Amino acid sequence: MLIKHEKIETNVILMLVLTLLTVSIGGLVEIVPLYTIETTIEEVDGVRPYSPLELVGRNVYIREGCYLCHSQQIRPFRDEVERYGHYSIAAESMYDHPFQWGSKRTGPDLARVGGKYSNEWHVAHLSDPRSVVPESIMPGYSFLANQELDVSDISAHLETNRIVGVPYSDEMIAQAAADLAAQAGADEDTDGLLARYPKAVSGDFDGDAGRITEMDALISYLQMLGTLVDFSRYDHDDLQQ
Amino acid sequence: MPTKIEKDAITGTETTGHEWDGIKELNTPLPKWWLYTFYATIVFAVIYVILYPAIPLGGGEYTKGVLGFSQRAVLENEMAELHSERSVYMDRFIAASMEEIIEDAELQNYAMAGGRVAFADNCVPCHGAGGAGGPGYPSLADDDWLWGGTLEDIYTTLQNGVRWADNEETRTSQMPAFAVDEILNAGQINDVAEYVLSLSNSASDAQAAERGAVVFAENCAVCHGESGEGMRELGAPKLNDSIWLFGGDKETIVETISKSRGGVMPAWGGRLDDVTLKQLTIYVHSLGGGE
Repeated sequence: MLIKHEKIETNVILMLVLTLLTVSIGGLVEIVPLYTIETTIEEVDGVRPYSPLELVGRNVYIREGCYLCHSQQIRPFRDEVERYGHYSIAAESMYDHPFQWGSKRTGPDLARVGGKYSNEWHVAHLSDPRSVVPESIMPGYSFLANQELDVSDISAHLETNRIVGVPYSDEMIAQAAADLAAQAGADEDTDGLLARYPKAVSGDFDGDAGRITEMDALISYLQMLGTLVDFSRYDHDDLQQ
Repeated sequence: MPTKIEKDAITGTETTGHEWDGIKELNTPLPKWWLYTFYATIVFAVIYVILYPAIPLGGGEYTKGVLGFSQRAVLENEMAELHSERSVYMDRFIAASMEEIIEDAELQNYAMAGGRVAFADNCVPCHGAGGAGGPGYPSLADDDWLWGGTLEDIYTTLQNGVRWADNEETRTSQMPAFAVDEILNAGQINDVAEYVLSLSNSASDAQAAERGAVVFAENCAVCHGESGEGMRELGAPKLNDSIWLFGGDKETIVETISKSRGGVMPAWGGRLDDVTLKQLTIYVHSLGGGE
């Protein structure tokens, strides 16, 4: 064995060829599955790209590190399904960049938190978690209600997501600022918003009608989580990948 | 190149026998336990690939593994098992009306056990442990109901929510914002707040309360009732008792009148199944004030 070892070590060409071979096996094992990743996404209706306000809220969520304590992935286990609802499917996070999966939870999973609480509750809870959940150890985020959104670059956020594969149309990008304002309750007419982003919940989320704040954005994002797919239409067999 | 394994005098370790320009290297092999653990992981991986789903083949196909394992299928079976276990009660539970359930000790017990768990996860964040309530979230443990405290009323509220925009059947009403909408001036609001306080014998200014009575009759009585007894059809709270939804001090009452308030509760129909809704109804009904 030592003799053969010596043969490789003393022959530069042979060593190069064998090194390339070894590295390419490792590379293929890691890269090839990525080409088949689309086949792992279930075919369900309803999943749409995030509306501009939800996308900004998602950015706040990521900036504040909510993912450090909250996962967005209900695993297919009985205890999780009984508590949180239908298990998460790949299709639900196909427009997430980056995804918010995880199994480490200090707080509860948020994959289906949308529609579970009122906006008022979210404002109270984000501002001072212990005012509504006495045993909570979550920090307060009351400052979000004072941070007015800078929406001048909202179209760029949509475009950036388009580059990585989120199907935002030219119309969506052009209307981004208007859609954001409409969803935050600044505009009564939400027809355009709903045509582009079905099921988008609009209104004044933070109870401060005069301004569009990060609180508005974050709550709009939380209120849509897990609400897009109507699971009553699909059974186990439909969701096989 | 000479290949000669020799013992290094200083360390007592053998050399590999390689020598380049007079430099020799010591042969210090990996510890045996490490090496065999490493080999074991390779063997484990091969067995795993054979037994479990592992290699994507493209076009949605993949090697399914000898065991044909799927966590989602396992879950499906577990849930089916659970349902059959529960069906002993479930079939009777579904068939029975809620009135029948609370008459039947066994079913009542089943409802309470399930209701307690569902309540802890879904209702406690707003209504508090034991349904004690809090500012803006009504207590469910007393007999002062906004929208009615019969089994049917509670079930309807749970099913459709309160002021929940997504649900067309939702319970809804909207109190005017008397200052914001410029219906009343500050003096009138102060007077009517005093009157409202006087209904529960806590007014501090009898004259203002007297003036407020007129304002109340014209603006408030239509929903809250002539004597502040409330109106459940509209979820208008009773004002002639000491139970307050948002707070019973004068400042809070003035703010409520000025800006208007109204709680929002999600609609749970669709989110929770009908059995859970029935269990919750019976549980909430039992908390203290069920009618």
